[in-house]
Amino acid sequence: MHLNSVPITYTSGEQVEVYRFRLPVAVLVPLAAIFLQAFLPLRLPFLTIFDLPLLVTIFFAVARRSQGAGMVTGALIGLVQDSLTHQPIGIYGIAKTVVGYGASSLGVKLDVENAGARFLVTLFFYVVHEVVFFTVARGLVGLSVAWSWPHELGKAFANAILAVPLFFLLDRFKQRT
Amino acid sequence: MESLITRYRNVSILVAILFAQVLGLAVQVRRSPDQSSTRLIRVWAVGTVTPFEKVIVWAQSGTSNVWHNYFYLRGVRQENRDLKYELQRLRLRQVRLSEDAEQARRLQALLGFKEQFISKTLAAQVIGFSGSELSRAVYIDKGSSDGIESDMAVITADGVVGKVLRVYNSTSLVLLINDQTSGVGAVLAKSRLQGILRGTPSGEVMLEKILSDEQVEPGETVLTSGGDQIFPKGLPAGTVVSVSRGPDAFLNIRVHPAAGLGKLEEVLVITQAEEKVAVADQTAPARAADILARRLPSVPDKPANDAGQPDAAGTGLPAGTGGAVAAKPAGAAPKIPPSGGTAPRETKKAAAVKPAAQPGATQPETAPPENAPQ
Repeated sequence: MHLNSVPITYTSGEQVEVYRFRLPVAVLVPLAAIFLQAFLPLRLPFLTIFDLPLLVTIFFAVARRSQGAGMVTGALIGLVQDSLTHQPIGIYGIAKTVVGYGASSLGVKLDVENAGARFLVTLFFYVVHEVVFFTVARGLVGLSVAWSWPHELGKAFANAILAVPLFFLLDRFKQRT
Repeated sequence: MESLITRYRNVSILVAILFAQVLGLAVQVRRSPDQSSTRLIRVWAVGTVTPFEKVIVWAQSGTSNVWHNYFYLRGVRQENRDLKYELQRLRLRQVRLSEDAEQARRLQALLGFKEQFISKTLAAQVIGFSGSELSRAVYIDKGSSDGIESDMAVITADGVVGKVLRVYNSTSLVLLINDQTSGVGAVLAKSRLQGILRGTPSGEVMLEKILSDEQVEPGETVLTSGGDQIFPKGLPAGTVVSVSRGPDAFLNIRVHPAAGLGKLEEVLVITQAEEKVAVADQTAPARAADILARRLPSVPDKPANDAGQPDAAGTGLPAGTGGAVAAKPAGAAPKIPPSGGTAPRETKKAAAVKPAAQPGATQPETAPPENAPQ
């Protein structure tokens, strides 16, 4: 499908479908994403360009279409991700809270079930995540973080491409309310 | 008011969550060095994730071992032959190097040098990565229950890896040398210039604090200097890749780490490093000059009652010198030339040489390491 013809349709609150997930899925999928994020780059260092916890945050936020659930999911995933680093806890937490809120707000208004929409939503929220992350890490914590637009956009594209098959895989765990 | 809160409920929650996290960050940044305030959260997170990593690494290495040890044995015979040849070559090299090392040790003993020796190491498997480019650190499968403590040096056979940053019960977090918060005391092997190895946000390693008027060539080896009190002196840290002038008075020296930081599998944690004075090996082969000096006759102490009395031959030497020579074993007795004037001169020379040549061989007897100045 051509990206320019992606149907991102505006829908009313009654038209969009709201999904929920079983508790094991809601817990284990984010944990698996964090685990893979920490394990795979050990063998294949180039995989650090992917942010699996972020993709899972976006998926759950958009599918549940609840701003509260989206931001709490984002905050928890981000805080666990922070805990595995040696930096202060909260940098990823803040960035993913914002993304969870934003993605769920978008999910309420737009139908983002098709591949093109998912690609664009991931592309957009990846950049949002990196901007918030950079601001917090540099402005609040005082870390020197390198910022390069080509590099960040390249990573955003890579994550958006991965998001499409990953979201279709995770669709299997959805349950209609 | 109530309707306003209901209307903006989600935004209020968002602001509250963000505020709480910002506050938490501020507290941590203020208490940065210990970070004990977040220990519980970290223990939970690490305790949840690392067991899965351990299981996978264990299964992976088990499968790999079975395959390589029992099935995939192609070329092993040839490899065995090559290794035997290599072993012989290395043995010859070892003989030469051990002589050099012993000589260096004797000189260090003379100067009272203190050396750091790696006396105990613990092998550990790398099981995970921190998962962020902001934090270049790895998890190993050994923790406090195995005797690991914070600030222990972590190395591989190739070179320095990093230091233990946090210790949990059965795992530890190792900060790699290419992290932006790490620092290693380093020295250039050839020019002996001292600097600090630091990581950059992009994961490179730079050698800092070398003045821009110094000459540093790409390809030069960088070793640990031991100045940081974590890494023992002389471990390979990397190789200089490029040198350029920095904006200030220092050079920008990019270093390629000696240890493959991107593909770590097994590492060694230095659990004990002792600092002791170098001691010369007493069983080491002595130099010909030392043996000769010991065998040549020496001037005995002048008896108190003979002081000021000239000897019978009128050579100016105290009486009894000839007796000292005669008392030597037959094989060790020097040939005394018929000319009476030469023998005393040789005796004097031998007496002068002896003290200079002896310390290397006799220093440990007279000054054992325990009594040496610390």
